[in-house]
Amino acid sequence: MNWLSRPVSDIQITHGSRLWLYIVSGLIMMFLVVPTLIVIPMSFSDSQYLEFPPRVWSVRWYDNYFGSPEWMTATWVSVRAALLTVVVTTPVATLAAYGLSVSNLKASRWIFILLITPMMVPVILIAIGIFFAYAKLNLNNSMFGLVLAHSVLALPMCLIVISAGLKSYDMNQELVARSLGASRVKAFLVITLPQIRFSVISGALLAFVVSFDEVIVALFITGGEISTITRSMFLALRDQIDPTIASISTVLIMVTTLALVLTQVFGQSDSP
Amino acid sequence: MADALNARELRQDEWREKLAMFGLSLPALVLVFAIIVVPVGWLFWLSLFNDEGVLSLSNYTRMFDSKSYTRIFITTFKVSILTTVFCVLISYPFSYFLSQLPKRWAAIGLFTVLLPFWTSLLVRTYAWLVVLQRKGLVNEWGIELGLWDQPLKLAHNLNGTLVGMVHIMLPFMVLPLYASMRAINADYVKAASNLGANPTRAFWLVFFPLSLPGLLAGMVVVFVLCLGFFVTPAVLGGGKVIMVSMKIETLIDLFFNFGTASALGVVLMILTLAVLFLAHRLLRLDKILGERGA
Amino acid sequence: MIKALPIHIQQVVKTYGRIHALDHVDLEIKSGEFLTLLGPSGSGKTTLLMVLAGFTRPDSGSVRFGDREVIRTPPHKRDVGMVFQNYALFPHMTVAGNIGFPLRLRGVQKDDIHQRVEHALSTVQLDGLGDRRIDQLSGGQKQRVALARAIVFEPRILLMDEPLSALDKKLRDHMQIELRRLHEKLGITTVYVTHDQREALTMSDRVAVINHGRLIQCDSPRTIYDYPASPFVANFIGESTLIPVKRSNGNVVLDGQVLKVSGAVPDGRCSLMLRPERLTILPDRRNPDYNVFPGVVEEVVFQGESFVAYAVLESGTHVSMRGISQRETVASLPSRGKAVLLGLHWEETVLIPEANEDAPG
Repeated sequence: MNWLSRPVSDIQITHGSRLWLYIVSGLIMMFLVVPTLIVIPMSFSDSQYLEFPPRVWSVRWYDNYFGSPEWMTATWVSVRAALLTVVVTTPVATLAAYGLSVSNLKASRWIFILLITPMMVPVILIAIGIFFAYAKLNLNNSMFGLVLAHSVLALPMCLIVISAGLKSYDMNQELVARSLGASRVKAFLVITLPQIRFSVISGALLAFVVSFDEVIVALFITGGEISTITRSMFLALRDQIDPTIASISTVLIMVTTLALVLTQVFGQSDSP
Repeated sequence: MADALNARELRQDEWREKLAMFGLSLPALVLVFAIIVVPVGWLFWLSLFNDEGVLSLSNYTRMFDSKSYTRIFITTFKVSILTTVFCVLISYPFSYFLSQLPKRWAAIGLFTVLLPFWTSLLVRTYAWLVVLQRKGLVNEWGIELGLWDQPLKLAHNLNGTLVGMVHIMLPFMVLPLYASMRAINADYVKAASNLGANPTRAFWLVFFPLSLPGLLAGMVVVFVLCLGFFVTPAVLGGGKVIMVSMKIETLIDLFFNFGTASALGVVLMILTLAVLFLAHRLLRLDKILGERGA
Repeated sequence: MIKALPIHIQQVVKTYGRIHALDHVDLEIKSGEFLTLLGPSGSGKTTLLMVLAGFTRPDSGSVRFGDREVIRTPPHKRDVGMVFQNYALFPHMTVAGNIGFPLRLRGVQKDDIHQRVEHALSTVQLDGLGDRRIDQLSGGQKQRVALARAIVFEPRILLMDEPLSALDKKLRDHMQIELRRLHEKLGITTVYVTHDQREALTMSDRVAVINHGRLIQCDSPRTIYDYPASPFVANFIGESTLIPVKRSNGNVVLDGQVLKVSGAVPDGRCSLMLRPERLTILPDRRNPDYNVFPGVVEEVVFQGESFVAYAVLESGTHVSMRGISQRETVASLPSRGKAVLLGLHWEETVLIPEANEDAPG
């Protein structure tokens, strides 16, 4: 019997009858990955019009990126903003998630919904709202203002992930810890937190990505010295296509892949 | 009852604890209030005044009078609906494929979803620009292989926008769909075929209805995200695809017209919330039906 | 050193909305006693345990451990050991880490911790398993670790919430005996929650029956079984058929027959309790020690170690009678449709007051 006529599952479907599904799925996987990954070799092309495969290889676009004070400043602004966003959002979201999961108030549900509104209100509306409010408070073009805005945008994802972690956590453990002599704070820190750490780390990682990726709010409320890299990239893309962006993209893809692999590793170590 | 044993003290303790637990979400609430609720409320207030600073609904009535605004809303809906439809058509067989694989292989397949999911939106949009533009990859190869002689217009129009948006939205559809398909007990399908359904009928009568909640959830997320989309149409649309978000940006950036921009934003928000609310009702309805069927 | 403390529960009320989870509960638990809170699910027994542990704050009332009022004391300052239904072991710690946890919190020296953990492990017969991870343990072992963790810091009170319900029947029976033995050894005041009446009867010094948030009866297992204070207790613990009786001239009458009764006759309306195993088949009416109920056999069912005969009395009441599967008794088994004389010894003829507050169901 060859592979095609072998049954797939307990009901009589063969691999052969599913061949179309395999082919379609293969194409979809290529559609998902190839356009992004193809940027990597193309960024090493010497030509102004990036080629694939590159006829002449060069690292000139990387020189352009790493040699440009503007791009470097923008990169650091983004990294700093994202890290600060993580520092603000993660504890705030963890506290809220814990408080909401422990208290059996009827209001808890409504508070939760209120806290995830940043995800439901169109970003453009949030952006001009913050821009308008910051103009009155003189917070535009400030790192503080940017981090606050990004923290709010990152809050829903972070909150949802940590709440989900708490939901699958057995709260009795915390009760036991308290009956054994641990105060509420201690029980949370020593018993609960270590067990939901993967959710918290995921939440923090998401907060980082949300901030680092964010374009629209940054477009309005930052500029000059405080311009994020995605804002600069967006403006550069809209005006003319600068191949330097290919090199920046490659760097970002590398960082993303690394982060993804890291979460997989963390994920494996977290589950028993 | 007031003089019941320790009742007063216990009531105080109860309130103190409730307050403390509420206090834990206070930082988050303050953040959301200060950065979202107050500014957006303020914009809403602004949208109620006309250019002369007089209370009026002119910012809203203008939307219905002016053809250009109508066109923008139509474009927004068209793009959102088409993107959602294409996402469904692509995601369903793919998620099904993944859900039928052993978990280990499915993880590899999911990696191809997660990688773009985590990659910067701007990077992906840029990648499509590189692939689709006039002197881009597809055109270059197409001409080199002799498939066509003039560069095709693939980017800077609706098609380019759709391709980019479908690519960006796919993970939002695949992930919930895959999760709901994984959760379907294989015994149901076995039971159906045991009762005499052929594989096709077993699929449509059993598997498909059970995967509907995930499909609906994915559709809602994709549609809502599309409604407010900005970056991808701005870059890949080449000025030919103008969605509501982009119009709002122009109104502020070029004309500093907060009143009209806010009104547009408020309408966009109401549309978004309406879709979410409807979906919420629909999904719950689905749950009720599911229970009755079981 | 005092090993155990008495618990005084006074007028404890807990409401959820309009539902009384605990309705003015008064209960005195003696020092060193093994007391079981028994009741159907939703009766409030677990709520009462949680009030003792400090996890549920009642609306009013008083709980004292010895002389100390603890009603407002947070759980971590109550010094009670607690064992949960699902054990709630900390999966990110080893067995020894779990058991040593309360000691570390109390600032016990490292060497001392080690020694006491070893001792606790041997108390629950898990010697040498200290380095195991939690997920490497069987259900019974987890149970023992949870127990060791709850007693290692020598609390004067131990609370257990259906600790055996997750184990299979054989292991459960074994653990019942072991818990009982452990309690005798430690002498610690133990409050145990279960919905399993057999478990309650097997293990306890006293059983407190709770229903609808009210304490209905608190007595020794024998008293609870032999002299239930209400129809609910009679039905919930063991099997029984309750038949309303009439009174005339100070006598208790059933179907025109004056009953010979053990103990005091309660005031007001009351019922006769017929437990299947207390009924016997009599050859005739001659034995004066017995109250005799004539009836007709409807069915006889063999159940292995015993058989059950279902009969209908002249009054139309359906009763059942249980006998052990023993050669002689089996030989005397009536067949279906035969008339029989069912006998109940007067010492086992017990009347139950028809309490109006706890109608079963």
